[in-house]
Amino acid sequence: MGEFLLRRLALAVPTLLLAMTAVFLLARVVPGDPALVILGDQATQEALLALRVKLGLDRPLPAQYLDFLGGILRGDLGRSLITGKSVWAEVLAVIPYTLELTLAAIFLGVLFGVPLGVYAAVHRNALPDTLTRLFSLAGLSFPAFVSAVLLLLVFAIQLRWFPVISAPRAGDVLDHLRNLALPAANLGLIMTAYVTRVTRSSMLNVLGEDYVRTARAKGIGRRAVLWRHALRNALIPVATVVGLYLGTLIGNSVLTEIVFNRPGLGKLILGALNQRDYTLLQGLMVFFAGLIVLANAATDIAYGLIDPRVRYR
Amino acid sequence: MSAPAAVLPARGWTRRFRANPTSWLGVALIAAVVLAALLASTIWPLDPLEQNVAERLMAPTAAHPLGTDTFGRDVLARLLHAARISLLIGAFSIALAMTIGSAIGIAAGYLGGWFDAAVTSLLDVLLSFPTLLLGLMVVAMLGPSMGNLVIAIAITELAPFARVARAPTITLKGRDFVEAGRALGFSDLRLVVVHIIPNLLSEVVVVASLWLATAIRTEASLSFIGLGVKPPTATWGGMIREGFENILDAPWLALAPSLAILVTVLGLNLLGDGLRDAIDPRARRD
Repeated sequence: MGEFLLRRLALAVPTLLLAMTAVFLLARVVPGDPALVILGDQATQEALLALRVKLGLDRPLPAQYLDFLGGILRGDLGRSLITGKSVWAEVLAVIPYTLELTLAAIFLGVLFGVPLGVYAAVHRNALPDTLTRLFSLAGLSFPAFVSAVLLLLVFAIQLRWFPVISAPRAGDVLDHLRNLALPAANLGLIMTAYVTRVTRSSMLNVLGEDYVRTARAKGIGRRAVLWRHALRNALIPVATVVGLYLGTLIGNSVLTEIVFNRPGLGKLILGALNQRDYTLLQGLMVFFAGLIVLANAATDIAYGLIDPRVRYR
Repeated sequence: MSAPAAVLPARGWTRRFRANPTSWLGVALIAAVVLAALLASTIWPLDPLEQNVAERLMAPTAAHPLGTDTFGRDVLARLLHAARISLLIGAFSIALAMTIGSAIGIAAGYLGGWFDAAVTSLLDVLLSFPTLLLGLMVVAMLGPSMGNLVIAIAITELAPFARVARAPTITLKGRDFVEAGRALGFSDLRLVVVHIIPNLLSEVVVVASLWLATAIRTEASLSFIGLGVKPPTATWGGMIREGFENILDAPWLALAPSLAILVTVLGLNLLGDGLRDAIDPRARRD
């Protein structure tokens, strides 16, 4: 097990390096001058030159690349052009909000998605299955901001069950949950659709396996076979998929945070974009790339823990 | 010399496709959207850009079945014309991603070795990056315009095409008919173009139909954030953004384009699912 862990972590290093290089190239090589983007068409040549020097863009590309990698190795993601605070400080200030939203969405997705997927698989090709499949496909078709706007229209504006703008009173747990409810339901809906689909197809695979047939032949009750023997194994791919979905979930949380006016990583990116905060944007890209590579490695390791066969591949 | 069916779809896929009712629902939804986009001016002859401040934020009436927006523009006319933009950007970006992505995948699979290893790990990184964030960063760097939007969305969708083209290339290059061609002294280019590409086209087309839905969703999301085609051109995402600013006074502004996106993306997903189930014999087990 220890060897597997080390091997998987070692594999993350070149991937991480590749991801960082991609971010660097994206920020440098794409046509368009960052200084011009930041200052606009009206800027004077002197101002453009001064900003280029400040950003280190006047130096040769290999030197910029080494500086960039050196910074990352020291854990330095740079500073915001606008506030002057470090990228880490900006990220740490808002990450609890995004984390809370993401975890709530995963919880809701597993809570509703797994039973729905099992139900659809057991009643395969019958009406409940068709309805479940249509529901999950519809859930995956919604861009996150469309479902968010629709939820807001119905539950906050028409029914007035929840606040239109998320601004919980500090220390009031109930108020906090009321503010979390709609954004979490929005992401949870998409997550449920996703988990349902994966659980269904994974259950269908497992139900055809020999060990399920053996268990049935031994006279074990239908329910016990389903939940103890089949579902346990069917959940392995579900766990992987939930891990891999983290990236999409972060993307969707950006849109959700904008619609519900919630603080978080999404609003941070949008603010950086609107204020042309080039250095913050680049730091955030590095942060996201790192987060996603590590999440993938963690998912693989979790997979290895659940299913011993994976370790020896 | 014609290539034998190697990875061609299992026979009778059109019959299987037609037997699936949800595929038909997908075809019907997409046909409706495409027709609406093509015949926009014929169906509803009002100008989507004409402003009329006296009639701003009007609720739906006979003259304006979907109401008017903040500038008094007709929402139905804007909705129909926006369909053109969404479909155009989606189609162009998918065509670009399909061409470049498949070329990368075929090159990696055909050449193998370190080139394949490097490309594969780069694809893994690209694939794990959230589509929206990647698109957002590229547009932010390039600046919002219709051409840049197409490039940005195409970049986010290169990886799935490269992946789908790579695997069958590896199988195909070891097949007898390719070996025979090589023995006859055919160039690599001829082997790839004449004998490999036609055999993996069906799989690439299925991926295209599924990712077209994602392309349209990404375009709408970027427009909603404010990184899409510049106003006053109507786009669904942009219309939802404008409607969202008036959501308390005029909720219908955000509702109509929301439903339009939903219908289009659901239709494409149903169509893509139906195609995949019909073509891929492994998926048919479900």
